[in-house]
Amino acid sequence: MTSALTNLFDGVAYGMLLFVLACGLAVTLGLMNFVNLAHGAFAMAGGYVCAVLVNQAGWPFFLGLPLAFVASAAIGAVLERLLYRHLYARSHLDQVLFSVGLVFMSVAAVDYIMGSSRIFIKLPAALEGQIDFFGVGIGRYRLMIIVICGLLTAVLQLILARTRFGSRLRAAVDDPRAASGLGINVPQVFAFTFAFGCGLAGLGGALSAEILGLDPYFPLKFMIYFLIVVTVGGSSSMTGPFLASLLLGIADVAGKYYVPKMGPFVIYTLMIVILLWRPNGLFGRTAAR
Amino acid sequence: MSAQAEVSRHAIRGARWRWSEAAFWLVVLACAFAFPSRYLIMADIARLALFALSLDLILGYAGIVSLGHAAFFGVGAYSAGLMALHGIITEPVAALIAAGLVAMALGFLTSFLVIRGADLTRLMVTLGIALLLEALAERFSDITGGTDGLQGIEMQPILKLFAFDIFGKVGLFYSLAVLFLLFLLARRIVHSPFGLSLRAIKNNPLRAAAIGIPVNRRLIAIYTLSAFYAGIAGALFTQTTALASLDVFSFERSADLMLVLVIGGAGYLYGGLIGAVVFRMLQEVFSTITPQYWQFWIGLVLVVIVLVGRPRMHRWALWAPNLIIKQIAGRKAVVAVPESDA
Repeated sequence: MTSALTNLFDGVAYGMLLFVLACGLAVTLGLMNFVNLAHGAFAMAGGYVCAVLVNQAGWPFFLGLPLAFVASAAIGAVLERLLYRHLYARSHLDQVLFSVGLVFMSVAAVDYIMGSSRIFIKLPAALEGQIDFFGVGIGRYRLMIIVICGLLTAVLQLILARTRFGSRLRAAVDDPRAASGLGINVPQVFAFTFAFGCGLAGLGGALSAEILGLDPYFPLKFMIYFLIVVTVGGSSSMTGPFLASLLLGIADVAGKYYVPKMGPFVIYTLMIVILLWRPNGLFGRTAAR
Repeated sequence: MSAQAEVSRHAIRGARWRWSEAAFWLVVLACAFAFPSRYLIMADIARLALFALSLDLILGYAGIVSLGHAAFFGVGAYSAGLMALHGIITEPVAALIAAGLVAMALGFLTSFLVIRGADLTRLMVTLGIALLLEALAERFSDITGGTDGLQGIEMQPILKLFAFDIFGKVGLFYSLAVLFLLFLLARRIVHSPFGLSLRAIKNNPLRAAAIGIPVNRRLIAIYTLSAFYAGIAGALFTQTTALASLDVFSFERSADLMLVLVIGGAGYLYGGLIGAVVFRMLQEVFSTITPQYWQFWIGLVLVVIVLVGRPRMHRWALWAPNLIIKQIAGRKAVVAVPESDA
C-alpha cells in the first residue's frame, strides 16, 4: 500500500516535471500550430547550463535554476527572431525538417562540447534523502519539484487567464489578423511566448537531470513524451496538457514499476488509441487546425 | 478534340520514357562496373534509394507526411532475417517478396490509423507506430536478439545460382536489379489513372472527393504499397549485410530518409535516387571532417534547405543542366522539376 502511494507520489512529480518541460510546446505546437520537434533541445541547453554553473563554477543549485531559465529563454529568443519566425507560415513538412535538423545539430554539438556520457548536477544536502510521512517515503527532491512546478502552473494559468498579456496572446492565437488590426503586436507576442516557453523547458531540463537523466540524446529520447503531452492534452487551456502530463507521469512510473517488461509499450499504445479516439486530444478543442 | 482525349494525351505524353532517363540508368550501370572497390557503399546507396522511393510514393504523390517510415523497413529487415535464420524461406528472392508482403500487411493495417486526422495526428501516429515496434523488438529479445541484433544469418545463393560474396558484387547487382524492377513498377503506377488521382488528392482532397475519387481507399492503397517497398528495402538490407538490429526502427533512420528525399526532391521518383547518392556522399565527406559528429552537418544541411526553400533550391540545382539542355536541344528542360507541396 505504502509503495503504491510512493509510486503515485513519484508519478505526480514526474508528471509535473513533464508539464514544465512541455508547456512551452503546448503553446508553439498547440496554439501557434508550429511543429517544433526541437523543443527538447532547449530543455537540454538549460540542463547543461545549470550543470556547468553548479558543478564547475560552484554556484548554489538554487541560483543555477533561474539561470537555466534565462539561458534557454535567451537562446529561444535569438533563434525565434533569426530562424523560427520565417517558418510559421510554411508547411508542416518544412517545420518538421527544420526542427529535426536543429535536433541533430544540438545533439552533435553538446556531444562535442560536453561529452556523450550522462551528467549529474550536484544537489545541496537539504534535497537528498526521503521524508517519512505517515509511513510513506517521500523523496525531498521530488517534493521540491512538485512545489516548484505546482507554483509555476498556477502562475501560468493566472497569466493566461487574468493578465493583459494573456488576453493578447489568446487573441493573437485565435485570429492573428484581427488581433493585429486591433493594434496587438502579434510577432512580438509570439516571440515573447516562444522565448518564455523555451525558458520553462530549460528550467525543466535542469530539474530533470536527477530524474530523467541528462545526456546529449535528451531531445531525441523525450521528444515523443513532449508531443504526447501536447497532442493528448489538447490546447484549449493549460489544464489539458497539465492533466495529460500527470496522467503520463503516473502511468509511466506505474508501468515501469508493475510491468517492467512491457517498457514504454503501454504509453505508445495508449497514445495511439487516444489519438484515434479523439484526434484533437482528450481535453482539446482544436489541436490540429 | 474532346477535353477527355486532351487530358489522356497529356498524361500519356508525360509517361513516355525520355532519353535522359535511359541515360540515368546507363550511368548507374556504368558506375556499378567502373568502381569495383566500392561495391558495398553502392549497394548501400541502392537500398537507400529504394527506401526513399517508397517514401516518395506517399509523401511526394499522396502528401502523407510520415515520421515513422522505418517501421516498415524494420519489419522487412527482421522478417527477412528471421526467415533466413530459421530456414523458413531460404531462397533470397522468395524471402524478399515474403518480407515485403509482411511489411505490406502491417502497412495495410496501420493505414486505417494514418488516414484519420490531419498532418499533426499523422506525424504522431506514424512516429508512435515505429517507436512501438522498436519497443516490441526490444521486449521480445529472445526472437529478435535484442540490442545485439540477429546473429549468424547465412544467405543462400540467389535463385540457387549466384552466391553472395564478401566483396558485395552480387549484393550490389542484386540490389540494383530489385531497385530497377520496383522503379519500373512505381513509374507505371504513378503515371496510371490511379497515380494521377493520387496527385489530385494531394493537391486538394476535398475537390478530389467531389469529382468522385474515393480518397480514403486510394490513400490506403498507396500507403500499403509504400509499406511493401519499404519492407523490400529492409529485407535487402538484411540480405546483403547479414545483419538486423534494433536500429532498423530508429527515429534517425526515418529522419535521414526525409532528408534524402528532400535533397533529391519529392514527387518525381528520381528524387529519392538522386537524394540517396548525394546523401551518402555528404555523409562520407562529413565523416572525414569530423568522424563522430557528422550528424551536426546533416542537421545543418536540413536547416539550410528549409530556410532557403525547397523549390528555390531545386531551381538552383537544375540551373546548369537546364542551360546545357536548352543550348543543345533548343527546347525547355527535360529534367522533371518536382512539384512544390502545399
